[in-house]
Amino acid sequence: MSGPSFERGYKLLREEIDAPTAAFFSSCVHCGMCAEACLFFTETRDPKYTPIHKLEPLRKVWKQEYTFWGKLGKALGFSKPLTDQDLADWESLVYDGCTLCGRCSMVCPVGNDIAYMIRKMREGMAAAGHAPEGLIGATKRAVTIGSPMGVKLPALQAQIRHTEKEFGVKIPLDVQGAEYLCLLSSMEIMNFPEYIGSIARIFKQANVSWTLSSDAFEATNSGIQIGVSDIAAELVQRIVDAAEALKVKAVISPECGHAYMAIRWEGPNLVGKPFNFKVVHILELLDELREQGRLTLKDKEAQKLTYHDPCQISRRGGVIDQPRNLMNMVADNFVEMPESGKMNWCCGAGGGVSSNERADDLRLKVFARKKAQLDAISVDGIVSACSNCRIHLEEGLEEYHMDLPLLSLTETIAEHLAEE
Amino acid sequence: MTDTEFLLWVRGPAFNVATFIMCAGLVIRFLEILMLGRKANLAEARGSAAAGGLRTMVARSIPDAGSFQRSGFTVISGYIFHIGLFIVIFLFVPHILVFEKVMGLSWPGLPSNVVDATSVVTMIALLAVLIHRIKDPVLRMLSEFADYLVWFVTFLPLLTGYLAFHRVGLSAPMLIGLHILSVELLMILFPFTKLSHAFTLWMARWYNGAIAGYKGVRS
Repeated sequence: MSGPSFERGYKLLREEIDAPTAAFFSSCVHCGMCAEACLFFTETRDPKYTPIHKLEPLRKVWKQEYTFWGKLGKALGFSKPLTDQDLADWESLVYDGCTLCGRCSMVCPVGNDIAYMIRKMREGMAAAGHAPEGLIGATKRAVTIGSPMGVKLPALQAQIRHTEKEFGVKIPLDVQGAEYLCLLSSMEIMNFPEYIGSIARIFKQANVSWTLSSDAFEATNSGIQIGVSDIAAELVQRIVDAAEALKVKAVISPECGHAYMAIRWEGPNLVGKPFNFKVVHILELLDELREQGRLTLKDKEAQKLTYHDPCQISRRGGVIDQPRNLMNMVADNFVEMPESGKMNWCCGAGGGVSSNERADDLRLKVFARKKAQLDAISVDGIVSACSNCRIHLEEGLEEYHMDLPLLSLTETIAEHLAEE
Repeated sequence: MTDTEFLLWVRGPAFNVATFIMCAGLVIRFLEILMLGRKANLAEARGSAAAGGLRTMVARSIPDAGSFQRSGFTVISGYIFHIGLFIVIFLFVPHILVFEKVMGLSWPGLPSNVVDATSVVTMIALLAVLIHRIKDPVLRMLSEFADYLVWFVTFLPLLTGYLAFHRVGLSAPMLIGLHILSVELLMILFPFTKLSHAFTLWMARWYNGAIAGYKGVRS
């Protein structure tokens, strides 16, 4: 990527505007309903976090470049053009005060997909050099080291050895012709290695042919969070290359929200061609195995449990029913939070917010929304399917002195497998 | 110019100009949007984009339960003034006669006193919406000159129509003339302001629903 400049940023903002974006901006009536759909507004009551307001620079570009009166106004000098300072002023709104959760996009009465446009605006922001340091660092590590957290292959190999010893299961690596290539997120390798053991145990019972790849084990993609499509494409291409080299039928996206968005929905568009393999989220695959009767449990969770929908998996990803089927399979007493599924409230740390230290206080403040949701149902534990949500939920629960265990859905299923 | 000459001018040349500007402006706005195009989605679909788009075009008229609760005033006042405007514009018999003359289409209307009452309710709702816009911190921040201008040109035809119907103050031709003139102002501004949402929101909802529907989400 060439060096950031305002000109590059402006050019990208201009190029990112497509027919949907223009239809959205044309339709906004400034009703303000998106504010009440956004946890950054509801928990701070600060109007600057109104979702559509976060797009003001992009709207200005649309108006001045693509509308009759805007062009005329600009030519006659009636309207001020966008400045580098405008972008600098909007940086914290676009990166710290938005997790791309897309709840606003579900509420807007005229149908504006605001999150779709924030994703576009970040392309211009990053190109103009107005992205947070933490995300820039994570993105650099993803490109040079292969993981945003700087996790290298030896670290994975160590976890593989450890897991094989602990559970007595084989973790296949670089197996040609396996049916599934399983991806991981760095957080799973470093913070939640139980995930690797869990899928190994489940796949053993269900007789799934799978492998990890030493060339492409990282599923997360900082490129789509910071908004640099070139880098995002490079990270996706590594997975495509590995999947093609190993001749797998499908790639499994791990328990990570944005990784699923990156590989499943943005991936083919980033690399510019359809994949010749399928992409499934681990929960989709587990639900498929459940349906086929390939998962046998010895018992169920007796505790009262709820499920936190990671935004990019549910609302933005379409994996909504599968986790519920699985929850009902593994738990006797599964209850929904108010406004769950596609209307769930974000934990507050998605979309790159967790990589951005500057936003630490804010993300913990807005966690109050999740607390309110949890307080309404008083459960014994929370199950989720995203290691990023999980880390933030843990921090949030601690911050708000809530003593609730947090489980991964995949790991919970593995815990209850009827193994010989 | 006598009052009658004024009415004739407003009903004749001025109406033609306003109609032309509104139609041409809307065509320009549609072209400005559609010509930007959209990249094909190369990811394998889970659901139908078209079904999702059509669904959201209709479904988005009813807010989710949470929005009803949190944005109650906006939702209720929005319903009242939109339905009110619809009744006043399209179900008032003299208006239907105008539509019949211009487009050749006719439909049954409501009794005049019902429309009269509706116009009062609509004006009250619009006044409440204006006060809300000025007082609410989010709306105050979002609002620019155009938002207040658009409110004014929406309110004005209701007010002039009410005055004309009740023959308040001026001569009948003058009152009717002023009413038609205020509608022409609305027509001229329509394509170039957020008023055009009446047309473009169908596109916006379509895109929103299609993007979600493709991924198997009912938005």
